[in-house]
Amino acid sequence: MNPTNIFAPVSTPADSIFGLSLFVLGVTAAIFAVVFSLLVYSVVKFRKRNDDDGREPPQLYGSNQIELAWTVIPVLIVVALFVATARVIASIQRAVPSRNAIEVIAIGHQFWWEYRYPGLNVVTANELHVPLSDPDHPTPTLIKLLSADTDHSFWVPRLAGKTDLIPNHPNSTWIDPHETGLYLGQCAQYCGTQHAKMLLRVYVQSRDEFDRWIQEQGQPAVLNDAVSQGRRIFETTACINCHTVAGTVANGRFGPDLTHLMSRDTLAAGAVANTPENLRLWIGNPEAIKPGSLMPSMGLNEQDLEAVTAYLETLR
Amino acid sequence: MSTDSAVWPSTGLASRPLVDTLHEWITTVDHKRLGILYMAYALLFLVVGGIEAAIMRVQLLRPHNDFVSPQVFNRLFTMHGTTMIFFVLMPLAFGFANYLVPLMTGARDMAFPRLNAFSFWLTAFGGLLLYFSLIGANGLYGAGNAPDVGWFAYAPLTSKTFSVGHSTDFWTLALLVSGFGSIGTAINLITTILCMRCPGMTLGKMPLLAWLNLVMSGMVILAVSPLTAAQLMLLVDRYLGGHFFDTQAGGSAVIWMHFFWIFGHPEVYVLVLPAFAFASEIIPVFSRKAIFGYPVMVAATICIGFVAMSVWAHHMFTVGLSSNANTFFVLSTMAIAVPTGIKIFNWLATMWGGKIEFKTPMLFCIGFLFQFLIAGLTGIMLGAAPFDWQLGSSYFVVAHFHYVIVGGILFTTFGAFYYWFPKMSGKMYSEALGRLHFWLFLIGFHLTFDFMHIPGMLGMPRRIYTYEPDRGWDIWNLVVSIGVVFQTLGIGFFLTNLIWSYFRGRVAGSDPWDAWTLEWSTTSPPPAYNFASIPRVKSRRPLWDLKHPDDPDWKYE
Amino acid sequence: MQWEYSARGRVAMFGLIAAEAAIFTIFVVAYIFYIGKSLTGPTPKDVLSVPIFYTICLLSSSVTIHVAVKALSKGNVRGFGAWWLATITLGTAFMYGTVTEWHRLIYQEGLTISKNLFGTTYYSLVGLHGFHVIVGLVGLSMIAILTLRGNVRTAHAERVDVFSLYWHFVDAVWVVVFTVVYVLGR
Repeated sequence: MNPTNIFAPVSTPADSIFGLSLFVLGVTAAIFAVVFSLLVYSVVKFRKRNDDDGREPPQLYGSNQIELAWTVIPVLIVVALFVATARVIASIQRAVPSRNAIEVIAIGHQFWWEYRYPGLNVVTANELHVPLSDPDHPTPTLIKLLSADTDHSFWVPRLAGKTDLIPNHPNSTWIDPHETGLYLGQCAQYCGTQHAKMLLRVYVQSRDEFDRWIQEQGQPAVLNDAVSQGRRIFETTACINCHTVAGTVANGRFGPDLTHLMSRDTLAAGAVANTPENLRLWIGNPEAIKPGSLMPSMGLNEQDLEAVTAYLETLR
Repeated sequence: MSTDSAVWPSTGLASRPLVDTLHEWITTVDHKRLGILYMAYALLFLVVGGIEAAIMRVQLLRPHNDFVSPQVFNRLFTMHGTTMIFFVLMPLAFGFANYLVPLMTGARDMAFPRLNAFSFWLTAFGGLLLYFSLIGANGLYGAGNAPDVGWFAYAPLTSKTFSVGHSTDFWTLALLVSGFGSIGTAINLITTILCMRCPGMTLGKMPLLAWLNLVMSGMVILAVSPLTAAQLMLLVDRYLGGHFFDTQAGGSAVIWMHFFWIFGHPEVYVLVLPAFAFASEIIPVFSRKAIFGYPVMVAATICIGFVAMSVWAHHMFTVGLSSNANTFFVLSTMAIAVPTGIKIFNWLATMWGGKIEFKTPMLFCIGFLFQFLIAGLTGIMLGAAPFDWQLGSSYFVVAHFHYVIVGGILFTTFGAFYYWFPKMSGKMYSEALGRLHFWLFLIGFHLTFDFMHIPGMLGMPRRIYTYEPDRGWDIWNLVVSIGVVFQTLGIGFFLTNLIWSYFRGRVAGSDPWDAWTLEWSTTSPPPAYNFASIPRVKSRRPLWDLKHPDDPDWKYE
Repeated sequence: MQWEYSARGRVAMFGLIAAEAAIFTIFVVAYIFYIGKSLTGPTPKDVLSVPIFYTICLLSSSVTIHVAVKALSKGNVRGFGAWWLATITLGTAFMYGTVTEWHRLIYQEGLTISKNLFGTTYYSLVGLHGFHVIVGLVGLSMIAILTLRGNVRTAHAERVDVFSLYWHFVDAVWVVVFTVVYVLGR
């Protein structure tokens, strides 16, 4: 099963689009069949034969009735397609937000995703968690889309069509997935060097699991004395200019919130798996994983790198 | 002033120093020579743009490939798109228009020959300026190199903040300069078509090629100007501290998109109308029938010209316009399918009841009909806005527009090259090589662009230098890349054919195709003054009338 | 419909005017779109003063150029020259007005092209128009010099008329710019 197949929807917007797409594909397939057959037929039937008498065929300059017919029929087809399309636009763009909706603010950055749950006091990055929505008692997630720098686009095909994140132009989208699981996507509007690795991971969880996740994400950072040396290095180098670790002095906003870094499956917006080796490599030399990303190499020596990695490894 | 009737530098007879011939070509104001300069220029950049595409396809052969860096890849897709649109397709359109319009309307040259030359050199210089970026600027890393902002250069990526150095400026200035050239040629074409037709050739009797170039020129004037305006605004932002697209100062990134696409959408109709022109001249001759429904074809063209100015925001369906705006643009986008479809039906009806000869020009036009049909249908799919919310900015769109541009426009342009090559050079091309070109290119085109639709439907966005292996896109990208090999071979045979046939081809004579429009009434190649005496016409097919004095067109329409 | 060979210049000039009109339209649209959207700095109401006098100068120059062309077509080269110079004078007066206005806006009011959205759109739109006036003045001056040298005769009336179309266009654009900037936008 392809994880980003637009024809495998699990959420209402993607479902509506799927339904419309079947209608459009059906109509265009029919048009293709008719015109293609006419093309093949004319190429075969009216080819010049070997025993041709060399005379020109009868010259037909036109026919008003035929022109009228093949104007009227396409107009009718256009009307049908238009009406079907207009209805789906309205159903998605004018959907009335449910009172049970979870609100998320997604802020696009070069080249990562920031997620804030304003009602639930949670800030995280790159991996979005949303609750399962029961079609009978929907609990959709309303995602407000902002940008901190240039244009991006939020596209998780199985959940909804894409909507752009444009600075100074707030947008919004909504999803109501009715199957748990991990849904993939990626940024779909060219935003610079590492546009290709601004990946999306949306975890659809049961309500209980989601509530638990929210609860955990709302806690301040784990304090572990064993890694105090790494923590000290982290807090006295430029790391804190960009990153936040809740409950410590680190409250930079340029880069992802690291408070619960270890609760994530991937690093660098989905570029690599979240393993100690990858974490170490990322901190030591981001260019090796994501050349052109805006995280600079911190130039730490071996010891300091070990210490900082060990510290971050405790941020569950 | 040129009195030499040879179109290419003279060969064999070693009578003239090379420098004299070069000087003649560089200072020419003859529409036929300028036309050939445009075409040669375009073919050169076709090869360059093709190499850029090939490199990208090697990079995308498999996931996490490292054939080129992300920075280089981003420059490649920017340069590929910009080159192909502005320095291949536009010059081809203007080149053929330049060569053919005066000949087909019985004129001796364009209305303003010196403006014609000036316009060509502006365009040519623009292309060189774009490529000068590769070496021309120094500065910070990534700053002194080719532009990497995509061919539509969305704000605020193009601001000084996100595009340091001068690469974006090369993009802006190259297009600004060549844009002036385009407007100049458009004004020239309109004036020529309106004022210089030969006696008897009313607007209703001129070849469809002339009509299509007339509407195209009108669209150039109305479409290139907004791009010029937007680029001036971008320069104000980048160099005078302006805030047109500065979102930090309250400016709008979306307004750049509006301005760009108000240019960008009519632009693609500017590119396709000449393709329609070629089909409208070639299909009748090789079906041995007059074009079916000439008045309707003219009306449909004018209709397309107007409606095309009202569909631009279908490139912006994902941007967050209101549902009313989205709905309007769905309507206008779907509406334009009607006159476009009518044209396809008229071409089919021209073939219907005819006696089709499958010479190379006709092979390419049949390919065009098949592929343009499909391209139009995928366009309808994209025009259904919610469907575009999935398919937009994905490889489905890339497949769609390459289907139009390569499968539609390039195919008819190849047809046009073969059809008018005998007129321009006086020699026949090799039919065998022509077929080889056609079949190889057809196979390559379909391998690449048919299968390219699939990754789009499976969620692959555009403009990514690599992709993840867990998405199921690998095999499709591999097949897409393989198609490039066949297309390259096809183009290779095409260029070989042109060059070999120029030197070794059979003498063509003035009318090798037994055709009906005025260019076939003069020698191949035509003399500098085009016609010994200005023709006088009575119908749309003057040569048909001459060849069939008992059954002339003017008796029927 | 068969157009005449001699209409070439006129057709081409209309084509040029159409292209220029499209460029100006985009700048006007940007201006209108950004009315009231500046985050800081002086607003139009604060700093703009309506240039009635210089507008009258520019619009009158359309009248003088029209009279000039009419005179030339009737063979009155001296009259043509006088009205032509009047046109140049009026156009130059307009540019003088623009320059002094900008000087005041920049040095006394602190409105520059980079100050805010109003500054950017105002200087771009008015500046683009002013640039076209200057190009027109250059063309007018070239014809004036040729007239003074005795090279311009009745036979050239048609071509001079085509040139005057450009000048009329520049004036028409000013009507639009004036309305948008000094009436609607304030």
